[in-house]
Amino acid sequence: MDNLVTVDNLTFSRGDRLIYDGISLSVPKGKITAVMGPSGIGKTTLLKLIGGQLEPAKGDILFDGDSIVSMNRSRLYKTRRRMSMLFQSGALFTDMSVHDNVAFPLKEHTNLDSDIIDTIVSLKLQAVGLRGASRLMPSELSGGMARRAALARAIALDPDLIMYDEPFAGQDPISMGVLVKLIRQLNDALDLTSIVVTHDVNEVLTIADHIYILADKKVIGEGTADEIRNSDSELVQQFLKGQADGPVPFHYPSDELEASLFGEKS
Amino acid sequence: MNKYKAELMVGVFIALTIGAVLLLALKVANQSMTTEGDTYTLYAKFDNIGGLKERSAVKVGGVTIGRVTSISLDKQDYTPVVELSIMRQYAEFPETSSVSILTSGLLGEQYVGFQPGFAFDGIANLKDGDYLQDTKSALVLEDLIGQFLFNRGESDSGE
Amino acid sequence: MNPLQSLGAGTIDKIAAVGRAGVMLFGAIFALPKLKNVALTIKQIHVVGVQSLLIIIVSGLFIGMVMALQGFTILVDYGAEGSLGPMVALSLLRELGPVVTALLFAGRAGSALTAEIGLMKTTEQLSSMEMMAVDPLRRVIAPRFWAGFIAMPMLAVIFSAVGILGGHLVGVDWLGVDAGSYWSLMQSSVELGSDIGNGVLKSLVFAVVVTWIAIFKGYDSTPTSEGISKATTETVVFSSLAVLGLDFVLTALMFGIE
Repeated sequence: MDNLVTVDNLTFSRGDRLIYDGISLSVPKGKITAVMGPSGIGKTTLLKLIGGQLEPAKGDILFDGDSIVSMNRSRLYKTRRRMSMLFQSGALFTDMSVHDNVAFPLKEHTNLDSDIIDTIVSLKLQAVGLRGASRLMPSELSGGMARRAALARAIALDPDLIMYDEPFAGQDPISMGVLVKLIRQLNDALDLTSIVVTHDVNEVLTIADHIYILADKKVIGEGTADEIRNSDSELVQQFLKGQADGPVPFHYPSDELEASLFGEKS
Repeated sequence: MNKYKAELMVGVFIALTIGAVLLLALKVANQSMTTEGDTYTLYAKFDNIGGLKERSAVKVGGVTIGRVTSISLDKQDYTPVVELSIMRQYAEFPETSSVSILTSGLLGEQYVGFQPGFAFDGIANLKDGDYLQDTKSALVLEDLIGQFLFNRGESDSGE
Repeated sequence: MNPLQSLGAGTIDKIAAVGRAGVMLFGAIFALPKLKNVALTIKQIHVVGVQSLLIIIVSGLFIGMVMALQGFTILVDYGAEGSLGPMVALSLLRELGPVVTALLFAGRAGSALTAEIGLMKTTEQLSSMEMMAVDPLRRVIAPRFWAGFIAMPMLAVIFSAVGILGGHLVGVDWLGVDAGSYWSLMQSSVELGSDIGNGVLKSLVFAVVVTWIAIFKGYDSTPTSEGISKATTETVVFSSLAVLGLDFVLTALMFGIE
């Protein structure tokens, strides 16, 4: 099977804090790959690493066989046109209408006539169900609509890869259902490859072809939805069932409570 | 519409700026000698130049015809030499012309007053690089007061 | 950390920040210019220039009026109220026009630039632009820099002109200075090159400094609400101090050496 993205033995730290300690994962072409893990584990960081916005300390990231890490700037910018990212907040440009937001990458990277751009924008907005909202400003959209508008912008240039950063966070059940459906549909209809980073277990298990679970700076489990459900790893089970305590401790690392309350000051 | 409005307002902004520049350039600034154009140079030796500075005006009857370009001290007799740059269009002054250092108003700045002389036969016109012979120095207030007191003393004793 | 260490760390931080600011400006100025950027720059001139116009005109008018009033009460003692014109014009063209415009610009447009860019960073707009293979330095930073660079000298010229008219209003129309001497003495003492030209030159220098500080503070802000508020304050404080300090240096260079 062909891999579009391969992360190979990646180590990354922010300041003194180690985020990833030699993780490896691969994203097969045309599939939806989910990356799950508790919050604060640096899942967004992984997407930024793949997009070349951050540089790893060690290891390599391959996009369609080319190393993102060792690319020069203009190569990187060329490669980025083939990928797009849906940010958690949507990151719509607040000073432009929905229509102009979706038209933005087209205007920047192509020399198409404005008629053609308008047509493409309408089609993309139709795909996410927002063609009627094209004249609205981002501030007039609900959270779910903003994310869909951002999705339309992300697919404007027909990329090979879409990275979703927490697409379901803070969504009501209906918008969540819409987004789940959209991610699956777009992936199949446009022949995309998708990476979904999330901690919403149930939604992801229904659409992902392959799942990685990150915790404690490492990949702790991988496989299809069924394989994950039946995993015998304690960590994976704690994560799936949402137990408060387990291998991922409830407490942030600290001294023993008794020691810090009653112990002599040392 | 929005974009069009922005462009329109920037156009208004530019028009305002041009208006302001025109006001400053035509009404506020002294533009008469800013385009120096074609000039020729004359020299004049004074005993005392008072407060004359470089770029001070050279005037004939109030009309500016040139400017002081440099002031230096003659190496031999230690008198100030003033270099005057005169516009070429005022080229026909006779050699008998005289210059004096005058003050515009009580507190005004000093300028070079140019007095065209009479032209008669045998008198050539001033050429580039000529020295003006007839010069009157600046009036220095202290000298004036001193002179006044001296004169009074003299006239008192004479009575 | 002991005081010496923190002093050293602080100094290294500041030097690194200056370095980052330089890299950013370099990237913005030498980013491949495209025709589309002209339209963006015009839009930004509207934001930083046209929208600052009202405050500039009102301030210029009042400063000119106050100077005429103050100058008149002093000059009239010496019977030299005719010199009101040169006094108002020279102080506006050489000093107040460029300096006050720069200070007002820092407060009005500079802080807005910082907050806008800072918020774009916080809401991941800059990041997402980068992921769309659009260089934010070229798309966001460069048009704002050029707009500030172009707009501020224009504002300064308008400020001076309005101030001179304000001085005329008070000096000539209210206090009875002769209109002829107001303008003619002004004309005989103001030089196009050394007074107006140097004023515009000063204003260009201030424009670079204020706009640079404003966009860098936004671009380099910590992406939190606290970080943006700090960056905005610093923009106003730093650019005001930089303008006043540089004004002294520039004045010494332009007018100080006789």
